[in-house]
Amino acid sequence: MSKAVSFISRRFGQYDPASLADYEAHDGFKALKKVLGEKIDGYDIAKVLSDNGIQGRGGAAYDMGRKWSQARDVKGGHKWVVCNADEGEPGTFKDRELLKNDPFQVLEGMIIAGWSVGANDGLIYLREEYWHLRPVILSAIKQCEEAGYLGDDILGSGLNYRIHLYSGAGAYVCGEGSALSESVEGKAGRPRGKPPYIKQCGVFHLPTCVNNVESFSLVPNVLLDDEGFYKSQGTPECPGTKMISVSGNVKNPGVFEIPFGTTIREIIELAGGVADGHEVRLVQLGGASGCIASKDQLDTPYTYDDLKKAGLTAVGSGAVLVVDDRTSVVDFLRMTQAFFCHESCGQCTPCREGNRHIALTLDKLAEGTCTRAELDSAIRYARLMTDASICGLGQAAQSAFLSALKHFPADFELKKEAAVK
Amino acid sequence: MKPSDQTPDVLTAGEAAAIDQVIADHGNDATQLVGILLSVQEAAEGRYISRAAAVYVARKLGLKITQVYDVISFYTAINDEPQAKFTLEVCSSAPCQVNGASSLLDDLSELLGVGVGETTPCGKFAIRKVPCFGACDVAPAVRCNGKVYGGLTDKDKVAAMLKELEGGAC
Repeated sequence: MSKAVSFISRRFGQYDPASLADYEAHDGFKALKKVLGEKIDGYDIAKVLSDNGIQGRGGAAYDMGRKWSQARDVKGGHKWVVCNADEGEPGTFKDRELLKNDPFQVLEGMIIAGWSVGANDGLIYLREEYWHLRPVILSAIKQCEEAGYLGDDILGSGLNYRIHLYSGAGAYVCGEGSALSESVEGKAGRPRGKPPYIKQCGVFHLPTCVNNVESFSLVPNVLLDDEGFYKSQGTPECPGTKMISVSGNVKNPGVFEIPFGTTIREIIELAGGVADGHEVRLVQLGGASGCIASKDQLDTPYTYDDLKKAGLTAVGSGAVLVVDDRTSVVDFLRMTQAFFCHESCGQCTPCREGNRHIALTLDKLAEGTCTRAELDSAIRYARLMTDASICGLGQAAQSAFLSALKHFPADFELKKEAAVK
Repeated sequence: MKPSDQTPDVLTAGEAAAIDQVIADHGNDATQLVGILLSVQEAAEGRYISRAAAVYVARKLGLKITQVYDVISFYTAINDEPQAKFTLEVCSSAPCQVNGASSLLDDLSELLGVGVGETTPCGKFAIRKVPCFGACDVAPAVRCNGKVYGGLTDKDKVAAMLKELEGGAC
């Protein structure tokens, strides 16, 4: 059975991503022409996004229409639109496919964002790991400039708007809005204390509206969706479709567009099922900072609310990492923990020290030498990190550990001799 | 003595011109420092930012040298030491690990005769563990000079990849 749909991925493989003319021949820039031609107000565009129930695709799942209308509210002459293409969550590669297969769609969404929120500049922050996508993006920007979709007085609407390309350099933390802003300013990507929030004080300390690649890709499609296809997908509480990246021990890992409400089990089947006849041990949702589900939770529908009810936080980055019974829960957590030890920027104490401490405890758990007191301290540190870290990295780093304690209690039973020590 | 300390503190005219070109391509924009350093590094012998290059970039962009080194030392993708011609970056994140990234590391070490973090005596190959670079659909994967080599599930495939890199021998 296949539950895949194509809404924002509908042009994948259908046109040459190096050609603007080809994009135009496939309904490209139709939404922008409609918006600028009819001079649709930014608040009305934001309302369309909200009416379709779109939540930001970067991980925080913020109401996108609300974000755009707040961005429009902000007073100030110079505003920025930022496309966050720093998808660093392990197991996530859907933005790579969106940029590779349909770069113009992302640009169109960004130009509509510029019009809606009243910005004159937009930028794409591309992770260094996707350096190979720079030529295709730069060429798309150039073609749009030549055709008058970017620059001064776009399509005679009076909108002046340009898009710039910025590079990351292998720092996961730069996916966080304020760290990204620092990086764009030519500095080390250390997150800022908040408030002020990015919407008031982002890149170059100007009001900034940040969205993910997938969020921008949705915009032109939703604006042209007169028949209400998007809303007809998914569940009444969580309509629409979602790009997911399925990886790990499945037969056919890859990027899929699914309607919300598809169960985790169906997602695994979509990717060909578990490889080599093994059993599912766990599924991690949303990348390294996501919660892990046990095999008893596979019938949970993939929606923001259902996942939350099941104690799995949310959709996050859209990563679905399937791990079979060859890897133990504790060993899996050690892999995730190694990642956070490497990626913590070291600025705030809870994240810097907490990650290292928990890594040591997990090593001891794997060796069978962990004591009750040590495990309890690790749990306390994990909760402290969640409460007291400066940015989302430290706050979410222990989601996997804390959810594992809940969903896999048997894996944390201490060896007898260690427990009495 | 670190290798970078042995390099002369002056740039050749060609190196300076290459940096000028990179900075011009980035619109002489100091806020593009991260991208500029990556491009300078890409064009440089040894794929790293030498002290002379860092000083030159700082002066050209009107930045303090400490600002430039803050960036160089913060980002893992920017090197301040000469790199092997082929630095094999092995993904060590969970999606690759559960697909056998550690046996991939073992295979590489055996074929090249060096461990993780080491460089072959000829200076041509090095093995490094890196976090996810978004090639989880072809796990386990290696990235080398920006190119991804995926599906390295057994030793023959690892050997075939090395062969693609100038015959895979020192």
